[in-house]
Amino acid sequence: MSETGIGASVKRLEDYRFLTGRGTYTDDINQPGQTHAYILRSPHAHATINSIDTSAAAAAPGVVAIFTGADMEVGSLPCGWQIHNKDGSPMAEPGHPPLAQGKVRHVGDQVAVVIAETLAQARSAAELIEVDYSELPAVVDMNKALAGGTLVHDDVADNLCYDWELGDEGEVDKAIAGAHHVTEIDIVNNRLIPNAMEPRAAIGSFDRATGEYTLYTTSQNPHVIRLLMGAFVLQIPEHKLRIVAPDVGGGFGSKIYHYAEEAIVTWAAPKVGRPIKWTADRSESFITDAHGRDHITNVKLALDESGKFLALKVNTKANMGAYLSTFATCVPTYLYATLLAGVYTTPVIYAGVKAIFTNTTPVDAYRGAGRPEASYLIERVVDRAAREMGIPQDEIRRKNFIPRDAFPYQTPVALEYDSGDYEATLNSAMKNADVDGFAARKAASEAKGKLRGLGYSTYVEACGIAPSAVVGSLGARAGLFESANVRVNPTGSVTIFTGSHSHGQGHETTFAQLVSETLGLPLDQVEISHGDTNKVAFGMGTYGSRSLAVGGEAMMKAMNKIIDKSKKIAAHVLEAAEADIEFKDGKFTVAGTDKEMTFGEVALTAYVPHNFPHDTLEPGLEEQAFYDPMNFTYPGGCHIVEVEVDPDTGVVKVDRVTASDDVGRVINPMIVAGQTHGGLAQGIGQALLEGCIYDDNGQLLTGSYMDYTMPRADDLPNFSTSNEVTLCAHNSLGVKGVGETGAIGSPPAVINAIVDALSGLGVTDISMPATPQKVWQAIQGAKAAAE
Amino acid sequence: MPTVSMTVNGKSVSGEVEARTLLVQFIRENLGLTGTHVGCDTSQCGACVVHVDGKSMKSCSLLAVQADGAEVTTIEGLANGEELHPMQEAFRNNHGLQCGFCTPGMVMSAVDLANNNKNPSEEEIREWLEGNICRCTGYHNIVKSIKEGAANM
Ligand code: FES
Ligand code: FES
Repeated sequence: MSETGIGASVKRLEDYRFLTGRGTYTDDINQPGQTHAYILRSPHAHATINSIDTSAAAAAPGVVAIFTGADMEVGSLPCGWQIHNKDGSPMAEPGHPPLAQGKVRHVGDQVAVVIAETLAQARSAAELIEVDYSELPAVVDMNKALAGGTLVHDDVADNLCYDWELGDEGEVDKAIAGAHHVTEIDIVNNRLIPNAMEPRAAIGSFDRATGEYTLYTTSQNPHVIRLLMGAFVLQIPEHKLRIVAPDVGGGFGSKIYHYAEEAIVTWAAPKVGRPIKWTADRSESFITDAHGRDHITNVKLALDESGKFLALKVNTKANMGAYLSTFATCVPTYLYATLLAGVYTTPVIYAGVKAIFTNTTPVDAYRGAGRPEASYLIERVVDRAAREMGIPQDEIRRKNFIPRDAFPYQTPVALEYDSGDYEATLNSAMKNADVDGFAARKAASEAKGKLRGLGYSTYVEACGIAPSAVVGSLGARAGLFESANVRVNPTGSVTIFTGSHSHGQGHETTFAQLVSETLGLPLDQVEISHGDTNKVAFGMGTYGSRSLAVGGEAMMKAMNKIIDKSKKIAAHVLEAAEADIEFKDGKFTVAGTDKEMTFGEVALTAYVPHNFPHDTLEPGLEEQAFYDPMNFTYPGGCHIVEVEVDPDTGVVKVDRVTASDDVGRVINPMIVAGQTHGGLAQGIGQALLEGCIYDDNGQLLTGSYMDYTMPRADDLPNFSTSNEVTLCAHNSLGVKGVGETGAIGSPPAVINAIVDALSGLGVTDISMPATPQKVWQAIQGAKAAAE
Repeated sequence: MPTVSMTVNGKSVSGEVEARTLLVQFIRENLGLTGTHVGCDTSQCGACVVHVDGKSMKSCSLLAVQADGAEVTTIEGLANGEELHPMQEAFRNNHGLQCGFCTPGMVMSAVDLANNNKNPSEEEIREWLEGNICRCTGYHNIVKSIKEGAANM
């Protein structure tokens, strides 16, 4: 293994700029003549707008322009995935105007934009805008929404976006009816607010000389924004629209989507003739960044007398919020129900999913997106079934695992897993968690008056999103390939243009390692360029743990083309047959001779082609490739969490977190561990701390860091992480993806551990987030019931 | 408009500000030192931490005029030329950052801790970081970084 190639924990190349304050995030950018935008937002969850009087505000100091929905009649913010109802009809797809058209549907909905010389002036002027609202009753609860009455969109009956299903309900019901044992639970997957630390920001400008629009934005996928905003919202042709996503301070899904503010500043820029900058403050982030999760589910698991799973039936209600965010509709369907086999051989599975509109912020993919919801319910119901049937937690899992030699494995819910070894990750997690020593630790806790519990979660996810043909047949309005361009410069250094986008993942390092390994170059000869649609030809961006498995493969493909062309050049110069040229360690050699050319010499020759046979050899050395994956990739693993509960206060201390994950081949172990840590923190945050709460009027009660509990350093322990490797069978690198595993695997392990700790008292369930209050109440309830 | 003068990263600076201008705005907008970040509006996240007269402070919780005459160090002033400060080096060495947004505040906060405690325990570090939120790293590697950075300072 080379020190800079695959498998090396190379220190990150991007760190110097971040550590010295030289990162360039969107809000760090200022443009000559720039104005500032402040968005006036609805204070009501549901209201009609009778009138908007902007006259006083327009006369306020520094105000350049004010626009409302009446001025901005443009296309709707689009939804990228069409789901069909059980009866084959398409989902309800109400419009989503960037500025409200006569009605507001959630607190924070955009009502007007004030553009002024300074942000303070824009903000002060916005206070002078008089909006006459007629408040309407708000609908927040999904069950109430389904009952009709109050409609978020007048033309969407019962607030039902779609009623979708997967699997044969009759067959599953039959298996359940005849089963030896059925375990049933009602599960809530709590709503979360993503909270990337960098608030969203956007700067729009227009160059009258060239007719080109430029948008700087906090995006995980600038080309997707160009396509959605250009083609659907503002009708700006793509060659006149440049999107730049510079350094981005975390995304976790929330920066995938095309947001209203991007369209507003771009649309208004030519109207005011100056650049316009908008930056969210954190309070705005809370009410306008797409939220995550928010499912209510009933699940039934049928088992035979030995504990073998016979059938799984799931009915889920999924909150869409007030409007359809870009990928909202695929999360509770194709990223969720297709994962319900988990790591098990359950032969028949049925999922029914209702997606519902409410007067809340739109909900969309958040780290894991659908897969955490699936793994949570599976691992909760398996845990409960094991308890009910008296089977040890590891045993019930082993009994039902898809065996290592059964791959490729076709699940009953559409996916074909290509590789995995669930026994291996369970075994290594049990060893690293010192499960054998648990009894002694439990006794020690009990001696102190504390309760100790151990929780398991064995999971699989689908990422490397995604084969275009498959997702296209399921309603995706996009292909999910990736592009890469490899430019070899005349002196032999290499610039890679990738459609993937790094916002914390360390692509500038991991991708450079691929280049170093493949082309034999030192890292300082490699530049990774991303995030600018005027530099990168095309890209679908970064989400769903796809950057290495899809973007990395595109890069490999393009580099192989470079090697092929370089061999032609070397063959010509060395006067040998192309087939005799070998490439190794950065050198092209004529097989069996000492005639060789370095990579740098080939590069220079390519750009100084003095005697090239121009009919057969083009000058230059630059190649483009697009890669469309054959299948999803399937990372999986086992997370074991150990908690200590104080029965007097209900406080849960997470004592040990052990993750053994199979993410395929590991390019940079240091970065992979870091990704796992971050995911674990978010998963533990969901399980113990985080929860988005609205009151019945649709007011967000958890709208700041004083009310929404972010995991802090003293809420978490150190993590034990390790990797078992089975290679992805359908990409050349054998990589699967690591961005989401931590957030997918850990929440059920935490809750199962708490239930384990409290099981002696008769507690069988606790919902997320398991706050001290909830845990204490569960303990009191169980005690009262026992009396 | 009031004029404020202070020393920032060893250079004396002054500027006209509105009375309501926060120190972080003065640093970012007037001085163009954008390494100091704004992550919240309730003084909870710590992305904006700088040193004021040698102590770590949330620069969003201070008016620029309150820092009049003070000695301010921002993340841009920590390294010795091209050579990273031991705390910066430790963050790099231990993968203590991912997206980098919380990083300047984390590092400035950590330096203050280490100035007063050369050998902080894991628990002391985690407690000290109460006022700094990171969404990316899960803190594991930040804690490791600070331990190493403090030892090397
Ligand atoms: S910006 Fe969040 S604490 Fe200062
Ligand atoms: S590194 Fe992204 S918030 Fe800390």
